[in-house]
Amino acid sequence: MDDVFSNFDLVLKAFWMTVQLAVLSGVAAMVLGTLLAAMRVGPVAVLRTVASTYVTVVRNTPLLVMCVFVFFAAPNLGLLVGTPFLVKGTIAVGLYTAPFVAEAIRSGVNAVPLGQAEAARAIGMTFAQNMRHVVLPQAFRASVPPLASTLIAMTKNTSVVAVFGIMEATARMRYFVNRNADDTILIFVVFAIGYILLVELISLGAVGLERRWKAAR
Amino acid sequence: MTGSVLFDAPGPRTIARHRLYSILTVVAVVAAIAGVLLFLRSEGELAYEKWEQFVTPKYVEALLVDGLLKTLQMAFTSVIFAVVFGVVFGVGKLSDHRPVRWACTLVVEFFRAVPVLLLMIFIFFTWGVGDGFGPYWSVVFALTLYNGSVLAEVFRAGVLAVPKGQGEAAYAIGMRKTQVMNLVLLPQAVKIMLPAIISQCVVALKDTSLGYYIVAPGLTYIGKAMWTEFPGTHLQTAVVLAVLYISVNLLLTGLATWVQKKFVGEHKPLDVGMTALTGLTAQGTGGAPGPGIGAP
Amino acid sequence: MRLTRLKVAAAAVLVASTLAACGDAGDDDDKGLDVDVQDNAAEEFDAGTRMRELADAGSIKIGVKYDQPGIGFKGATDDTPVGFDPEIGKILAADLGIAPEDIDWVETISANREAFLQKGEVDLVIASYSITDERRQVVGQAGPYYVTGQQLLVKSDSDIESIEDVKGTEVCSVTGSTSLANIEAEGATPRGFDTYSECVDQVLNGTVDAMTTDGAILLGYAAEHPDELKVVVEPFSEERYGVGYSIDHPEMCDWITETIEDAQEDGDWAAAFEVTLGKSGVETPEPPAMDPCA
Repeated sequence: MDDVFSNFDLVLKAFWMTVQLAVLSGVAAMVLGTLLAAMRVGPVAVLRTVASTYVTVVRNTPLLVMCVFVFFAAPNLGLLVGTPFLVKGTIAVGLYTAPFVAEAIRSGVNAVPLGQAEAARAIGMTFAQNMRHVVLPQAFRASVPPLASTLIAMTKNTSVVAVFGIMEATARMRYFVNRNADDTILIFVVFAIGYILLVELISLGAVGLERRWKAAR
Repeated sequence: MTGSVLFDAPGPRTIARHRLYSILTVVAVVAAIAGVLLFLRSEGELAYEKWEQFVTPKYVEALLVDGLLKTLQMAFTSVIFAVVFGVVFGVGKLSDHRPVRWACTLVVEFFRAVPVLLLMIFIFFTWGVGDGFGPYWSVVFALTLYNGSVLAEVFRAGVLAVPKGQGEAAYAIGMRKTQVMNLVLLPQAVKIMLPAIISQCVVALKDTSLGYYIVAPGLTYIGKAMWTEFPGTHLQTAVVLAVLYISVNLLLTGLATWVQKKFVGEHKPLDVGMTALTGLTAQGTGGAPGPGIGAP
Repeated sequence: MRLTRLKVAAAAVLVASTLAACGDAGDDDDKGLDVDVQDNAAEEFDAGTRMRELADAGSIKIGVKYDQPGIGFKGATDDTPVGFDPEIGKILAADLGIAPEDIDWVETISANREAFLQKGEVDLVIASYSITDERRQVVGQAGPYYVTGQQLLVKSDSDIESIEDVKGTEVCSVTGSTSLANIEAEGATPRGFDTYSECVDQVLNGTVDAMTTDGAILLGYAAEHPDELKVVVEPFSEERYGVGYSIDHPEMCDWITETIEDAQEDGDWAAAFEVTLGKSGVETPEPPAMDPCA
């Protein structure tokens, strides 16, 4: 039990790695996810098919299998060999999360009142203008709760890279569990609290964002 | 709002432009696929020897019986347990007694906020190893706690989705609280919740892959054994595993959609986005494709 | 849309099952040494001893690792494990008059070895099982039949020669292992993977600079890739592999010790080493002196 507290810097370092992974993957997933969402609601049928194929395939594949591609299969082919592990983790988690972001944004688009898009069309806006100036700003607002859910799930999912060479929180818990087999409950509680704090942080951020945007309306 | 509201019916020039986009996209996609295949071929990854094990009877059997079947067993066992857990804690969260409500909320929120892998490793190394119940049940119990907590929210939402008059009418004819819940509210709620439960199977199925970490049986375990035995076949094995997972998940998603249409009708699938503590949810590791979400 | 997708999936399953009849992957590896199985072995042992019981029964349950090439490894569809530990197991079984095909091999992982012995799920554990005082409190351990220590596995052209060189490099091992903690303390970035074989792949494809764990395990991998990998650095810990037996049968200690000592003298021990760990081209070491039984 003293082990965890006397080596608390290791715990903090591990959670710092989890935070970095979550932030980088979150940014990657938001960019790719927004693109996918735009493709899925757009007028070009082929793009819609491409986007929905990607969404279907990735959403039904376990993240662990994605990690096998990124961390094992790619280096065996000479790809991503010199790439830092953090970047590889970001690629795996980001690619995996993007479809969920796309779905969250799409649900936000669906929540924008019909009249808004119609009015935009009526004054002659193109699809791109309509999306950029009218639909997406409102869609993002409506997407805040589902997006927050997605980001929370993603933060928890960063744990999957634990046995792919990244010393993040879950890998560090393994380390402590191995050294202190009699204290697993305490160790688990320490790490669980860490994750809960991260989750609550995202929740509070989302609630704050929602409130601010609501006031701005 | 449907997709078509976002843009006008295209005129001749737009149609031409869209056609151009379509052609460019098709060219780009075809080029990308061809590029990947050519690269893989030049690396020798498409050679028959690298795939032979997947058409060799004993390995196919290992994949399907020791792999897929075990994975399905773990997923379904945990979902069944999770339904029980979900009913108990979902109903608990609706209790009239504040301590019960709070206790249930606390338990549910805790297990939803903790990564299921962290939970799995903890359960395995605390009660699973040595004399314990082993990796198989460690996976099942971890998934039960996690999916059960998600389902508790689904059940709560499901019970609340039953029209208010139903409960009131039941009270009016003199039923007691338990009777109202068991005879009137739950049976109707279950029907509404069925698609969400099936979708949760997809989440559970994907999460069984995490058993990899604690040497639990299942698809990823067999996958690991196969790429260990045939070095350098991570790519091929991962492709085969992904195809198996995707096929089963699509079947389940199809089932959920069918159930939704058949038993629930055009109601929106249950949305359990809100939680008591923060107003937000911690969704599944997988986040199953909700029934009814298709191409626009 | 959805229906078509279902049909495609169903078609794919059908295709897969028709194809399933034609492949023939995986070959039968060499099965290791031939051992001299004792005739009438049972009479050699006093009545009431565990050895007598096993010899009378004509079968024995031995726990070994299934995932460590060179030490104890079994492919997804192999019938029996191969490696130095199974060879030691066969030598011991042969002394009881039990032929290799009558041995029940049981997979043990690091976490369950004591429990398996205590509950009688196995008669012997020969699974890179280091002798420690803690373990000797709960199980019997005879040996050491092999002594190794934590070393590094690097590419043949690597610059890493001493333990000081690992500072600032990326070194992999199994997640949560002591080896990984040790190398982290030496200033390397620890890279934890699920198994040793994932880790060795990362060394082979150049993703990480080195792998660390017991030298015996590393030798097993170097044996698989003699041109690409080498084991470096003086062992910086000492691991003494012992044969685990139930503490309820203390008489087994003398038997195990004597049988292995005989094997060390008549060359069976060296032969077992050569066909397993020795494949890396490393010289067969001097057999270690066995601890006396209490």
